[in-house]
Amino acid sequence: MRLISSIGEWLDERLQIGSTIRETAEHEVPRKTASWFYVFGSAAFAVFIMQIVTGILLALIYVPSAGQAWSSLQALNHDVALGWYIRALHGWGSDFMVALVLIHMIQVFLFGAYKYPRELTWIVGVFLLLVTLGMAFTGQVLRFDQDAYWGLGIGASIASRVPLIGPLIVNLLLGGPIIAGATLSRFFALHVFVIPGLLIAFIGVHLLMVVKLGINEWPMPGRLVRKATYIKEYHELTKKDGMPFVPGAIWKDLFFSALILFSLAFFAYHFGPFGPSGPPDPTIIQTVPRPDFFFLWLYAILSYLPASMETPALLIGPVVGILALLLLPFLSGEGEKSWRRRPLAVLTVLLAVVALGTFTHLAQHTPWSPVMDAWSGIPIPNQFLKNRTALERQGALVFQVKQCHNCHSLGNEGGKRGPALDSVALRLTQDQLIRQVIQGGGNMPAYGKNLSPAETTALVAFLESLHPTGQPPARDASRTIASDAKTGGAASSSP
Amino acid sequence: MTLPTGISRRALLTKLGIFFNSVVALILTVPVVRYLLSPITRGRKDGYDAWVPLGNLEQFPSGETRLATYRNPVVNSWDGDTADIACWVRNVDGASFQVFAINCAHLGCPVRWFPQSNLFMCPCHGGAYYQDGARASGPPERGLFEYHYKIDGGKLFIRASEMPTPGQASNIVRGIQPCA
Repeated sequence: MRLISSIGEWLDERLQIGSTIRETAEHEVPRKTASWFYVFGSAAFAVFIMQIVTGILLALIYVPSAGQAWSSLQALNHDVALGWYIRALHGWGSDFMVALVLIHMIQVFLFGAYKYPRELTWIVGVFLLLVTLGMAFTGQVLRFDQDAYWGLGIGASIASRVPLIGPLIVNLLLGGPIIAGATLSRFFALHVFVIPGLLIAFIGVHLLMVVKLGINEWPMPGRLVRKATYIKEYHELTKKDGMPFVPGAIWKDLFFSALILFSLAFFAYHFGPFGPSGPPDPTIIQTVPRPDFFFLWLYAILSYLPASMETPALLIGPVVGILALLLLPFLSGEGEKSWRRRPLAVLTVLLAVVALGTFTHLAQHTPWSPVMDAWSGIPIPNQFLKNRTALERQGALVFQVKQCHNCHSLGNEGGKRGPALDSVALRLTQDQLIRQVIQGGGNMPAYGKNLSPAETTALVAFLESLHPTGQPPARDASRTIASDAKTGGAASSSP
Repeated sequence: MTLPTGISRRALLTKLGIFFNSVVALILTVPVVRYLLSPITRGRKDGYDAWVPLGNLEQFPSGETRLATYRNPVVNSWDGDTADIACWVRNVDGASFQVFAINCAHLGCPVRWFPQSNLFMCPCHGGAYYQDGARASGPPERGLFEYHYKIDGGKLFIRASEMPTPGQASNIVRGIQPCA
C-alpha cells in the first residue's frame, strides 16, 4: 500500500495532474442531479469504451479486403476461439450505443439542458449522434455480406440523386465505378480511423463542457433561465444544495453502466453475432437485403414516399432535421426548462418516438415487398378451393402461376403489397375485376398482355368466388335491371 | 528589437513561419486532393465504359429473358466476387435485344425476372417492371436501366462497368420512359 502511494506521488510530481483530477472528481453538483435520469450519457460512454476494445480485438483477425472479408468473418464465427462472442459484443454494442445516445438525447431535451449556457454542449451532442449513426452504418458495411453489398447500392442510389454532382459523389463514395475492393477499404478507413477520431474528439469537448459549465440542474417548473442571472443562480444552487460528484453522484452512473454492460454481455451470449448473411457476390440475386435495426425506419419511409416526393424528401429531409436540432438552442435558449411546462417539447418527443417506432415496426414486416416465393411456396388455403367449379379452380391455378400470390394474400398468407383478396368479390363486380386484371392501375401492373382470354376468364371466375358464405358478391345494378327485364322480373339470387 | 514599422523582429519571424507553413500546406493539399478525387478523375479521363462480352447468342433464346453475368472491366485483384456483375438479357425477337441492369431503378436492389407473369419484381420496396423494362408499379420513378449492346462474331456485348444509379448521366444507361 505504501509502495503504491509512493509510486503515485512519484508520478504526480512529474505529471502534475493529480490536483486537476481531484478537483474535477470532487466538483460540486446540485444534489438533485444525483439522479437515475442522469446516467445515460455515462452508460453510452462505457459502451463506447467496450466498442473500442472489441473493435481492436476484431481487427486482429478481420481482413478489410472485398475478396476475403466475408471468409474472415466466417473464421471469426467458427474457427477463432470465442471470435463469435467478440463479434456479438461489437454488434450488440453498436445497437446499445445508438439506443443509449438516443435516450440520453431525449432526456437532456426534456430537461431543457440545451439552454444557456450549454448550447454548444447540445450542438456537439448532435454531432455525436451523427457520428454514432455513421459508425453504425459503416460498421454494417464492414460486415461485408449481401445486406452490406446491397445496402451500399441503396446508399449510392440515394447519393446519385443530388443534382449535378450526384454521379461524382457515387464514384467518390464507392471509390470507383462499382461496389468493390476500394469501397470496402474506404469504409474500413472511415470506421476505424476517421469517425472514431471524430467521436473521441467530440466526446472530449462534450465532457469538458459538462465539467466546466456544471451539470444541468434538475429543472423546476417556473424557474426560468435568463442569460443575465443564470450563472450566478447556478453557483448559488450548487453552493447551497450541492455535493461532490465523487462520491455523491457517481455511484449511480457506475451501477447503471455495470447493468448495461452486463445486459450487453448477456445479449451477445444469448442472441449471438449478426450474420454475416450470404457472401457479397452480386450474381446471387436470390436475396432480400435489409438494413440493420436503427436504419429500418428509413427503409420503411423509402417505400411509402410517393415517387415524386422521394428525391426532395431524401435530400432536403435530413438537412432540415439536422438544422432544426442545431438551431434548437438558439431558438429557445432561455426560459422554462421543466418538461411539465413544455407540452410542445413533450409532444415532439412523443411524435418522433411513435413515428420512428411505427416505421421500424413496419420495416420488420415489410408489407410493401412482394413475397418472392409465395406463388410456388405458399398454397391457396383449402377453404378457397372447396366446392368450387372446375373453371374457378383453373382460375386458382392461374392465380398461383402468374405470381398474383406474391402481392396478394389469401387467408393472411402471401404478399401484403396489394389488398388481401379473401373477400374481393364483395368489393368489385365482374366487370371491375376484368378491368383491374387487364389494365392494372392503383399500383398494380397491367396483366392484359400476360394472360390469354381463357386465363383471364378463369382467374376472374375464381376471384368472383372469393366472398364469405351468406354475403352475395358485388353486382352491377344496371345488369340486374337488364336481366330482370329479359326474364320478366325474376330477380336472380345466385352468387 | 523593434522595426520602424512597430512590429517586433520575433513577431515578424513568427508570421513568416506561419506563412511558410501555409505555403507548404497549400502545396501538399494539391496531391492529397488529387489522390482523394482519383475515383472521379480516373473515370472521366479514360472512361470507365468498355464493351464486355456476355456470351454466345445461343445462350439467349428468342423471346426469352435470361440472367447473364460478366466480370467488370475495371477490376482490382482484391475485388473478389464483387466484380462479377449480373444483368438480364431479353432476346426480343431473335434479332433485337434488351439488356437490363440487375439494379432496380428505385434504390439499386437486385430485380428478379418472373417468366410466368412477364414481370421483373424487386424484393426491397416492391418495384415491378414489364418485360420491356418499363415501370409497372411501385416506387421507381422510371423503367429499368438498359445497357447499350452490340453483336460481334456471334457474341453479345454490352457497354458497361459503372453501377447504374437513378441520378446518373453516364451514356452507358439508356433511359426508358415510365409507363403512363
